[in-house]
Amino acid sequence: MGSEKIFHAFYNDDDILLSAVKKIRENHYDIEEIYTPFPVHGLDKAMGLEPTRIAIAAFIYGCIGITVATLMMNYIMIVDWPQNIGGKPSFSYMENLPAFVPIMFEMTVFHAAHLMVITFYLRSKMWPLKEAENPDPRTTDDHFLVEIHTNKPEGVLKKLLRESGAVEINEVKPKVHS
Amino acid sequence: MYNLSHRFKIFSLSLIILGSLGWFYSYSKSHLTIEEVKTLLAEESHYGSHSEQVHLIDHQNEMHHNQGVYVDEKNGVDYEAHGHEAHGHEDEHAEHVLHQIHNRPYAALYVAAFFFMMISLGALAFYAIQYASQAGWSPVLFRVMEAITYYLLPGALIVLLIAIIGDKHIFIWMDPEVVAHDKIIQGKESWLNKNAFIVRGLIYIGGWSLYRYFSRKFSLAQDKADDNKNFKRNFQISAGFLVFFIYTESMMSWDWIMSVDPHWFSTLFGWYVLASMVVSGITVIALITIYLNSKGLMKYVNDSHLHDLAKFMFGFSVFWAYLWFSQFMLIWYANIPEEVTYFVTRIEMYPIPFFTMFCLNFIFPFLVLMNSDYKRIPIFIIMAGVIILVGHYMDVYMMIMPATVIDRYGFGIAEFSSILIFLGLFLLLVFYALSKEELLAKGNPMIKESENFHY
Repeated sequence: MGSEKIFHAFYNDDDILLSAVKKIRENHYDIEEIYTPFPVHGLDKAMGLEPTRIAIAAFIYGCIGITVATLMMNYIMIVDWPQNIGGKPSFSYMENLPAFVPIMFEMTVFHAAHLMVITFYLRSKMWPLKEAENPDPRTTDDHFLVEIHTNKPEGVLKKLLRESGAVEINEVKPKVHS
Repeated sequence: MYNLSHRFKIFSLSLIILGSLGWFYSYSKSHLTIEEVKTLLAEESHYGSHSEQVHLIDHQNEMHHNQGVYVDEKNGVDYEAHGHEAHGHEDEHAEHVLHQIHNRPYAALYVAAFFFMMISLGALAFYAIQYASQAGWSPVLFRVMEAITYYLLPGALIVLLIAIIGDKHIFIWMDPEVVAHDKIIQGKESWLNKNAFIVRGLIYIGGWSLYRYFSRKFSLAQDKADDNKNFKRNFQISAGFLVFFIYTESMMSWDWIMSVDPHWFSTLFGWYVLASMVVSGITVIALITIYLNSKGLMKYVNDSHLHDLAKFMFGFSVFWAYLWFSQFMLIWYANIPEEVTYFVTRIEMYPIPFFTMFCLNFIFPFLVLMNSDYKRIPIFIIMAGVIILVGHYMDVYMMIMPATVIDRYGFGIAEFSSILIFLGLFLLLVFYALSKEELLAKGNPMIKESENFHY
């Protein structure tokens, strides 16, 4: 991989970025990553990323949540300390089910939401105290950065990028992994 | 542009005629004499345990009907004076059954009429929300929504007419004899009396139809205009209509539905009916759009539009379930006799339709439409849509029937032909309205955004 070079192309508009991404991919260059100051609608499709699977994870987490809620309340309200609330003695989970439904619902939402966020962070390799991977601070303000790895001749790529509306093109040294 | 074919006209007209014949047949069959009812009851008691249970429930129900007596008791009037002992219990029972059998064709007609009116009203509310929020995705569907709301004026007038003709067969408080013995209904008489009922009904229908008339007019005028004046006017009247609608819809649901059980009340009933209404309306919008799209008449509708409609179907199904459960749980938990009779009647006498309805309206659409990809596939939307419509018909059925025919319910000729009548009328009017104008509201300032809409 000695001949591989890394280029950073900067754009200053999301529409230009979108058309540029399409152009770059049409010319068979691999886009490694794009850094944007805000989510750009349709960028994932333009980059050809696979659709997210977080919905499946959310469904599983919801199922976990409803199970936890059921087991928890069955233990608390029925097994461990049955009480007579409002003339409804708690000796059976099924007979008192309507009273437990709100908690089952809340726990489902709670588990789905929290575990989804945690999954997202882990999948994006983000955790507390982690050093930012952001290559250029301007991408947190008003610039969009496209990172391209290639071993094709650099002149052609630079021309293509400039034509696509890039305001700045830099070649960067690959990070040395120790 | 959609053309109403001759075949389609004949098809919907024959639905209406077939339905009417069926309904009159069931109507003529329902005119039994008290003797016939007694033999019927005697025959039924041969089947053993079943009738005993029905008898028990029927007895409970008579108690429920005589709740006014309970109040009398409090006021010091002697309970026994009230005639339970006057005729024998058998006669009393036979007479109740006779009334219930009489009520059935009326109630069946009313349920079907209300159901189709509800679709149209739900679509109108949804349409007004699109204008008031200036939604960018939906203008391609406006002509479909306008066509569905074309049914509102005739449909709502028919509902009111059936309510007036059905009289005490549907609304027990319209029977002066019942009111004379019922302190609770007497207390509500300033609201629940026939004249006020008719006047209020006409006000609701008048307001909705006025909005519908002007909004359609501006929408058509916008197609030919070169400025946005009509669009802005539509925005203004839509916002005003929504305020009018949320009050009148709530009152309409007290009048036309909740008052069939005049002793019972629920404060979120208006919301509950609204949820039913809007989800049925959106479902029909989706179904008609898919139909026209399959004929190649709405090329500009892409799967993102379907996705949005399906999201609304999913969302409002969940919203409906939320309100259904809120109403149920609060009443179940508080367990106050005057409130809880509503659910006792339904769960004890209608156990299968009661729980089936909940599954059809909540669990089925929830599971089918949960997956994002399925919301774009017409066959899944059609499947979920048909189930939702069946479920919400059952929902209206469960609101009206337990109060009118009590345990003499079923799904027979009366119910089926009532559905045929209003299905025929609905299809005829809606597709007639569709054939009148271009299917694309091309003058809408948001139409470009809507055509290019992608999710």
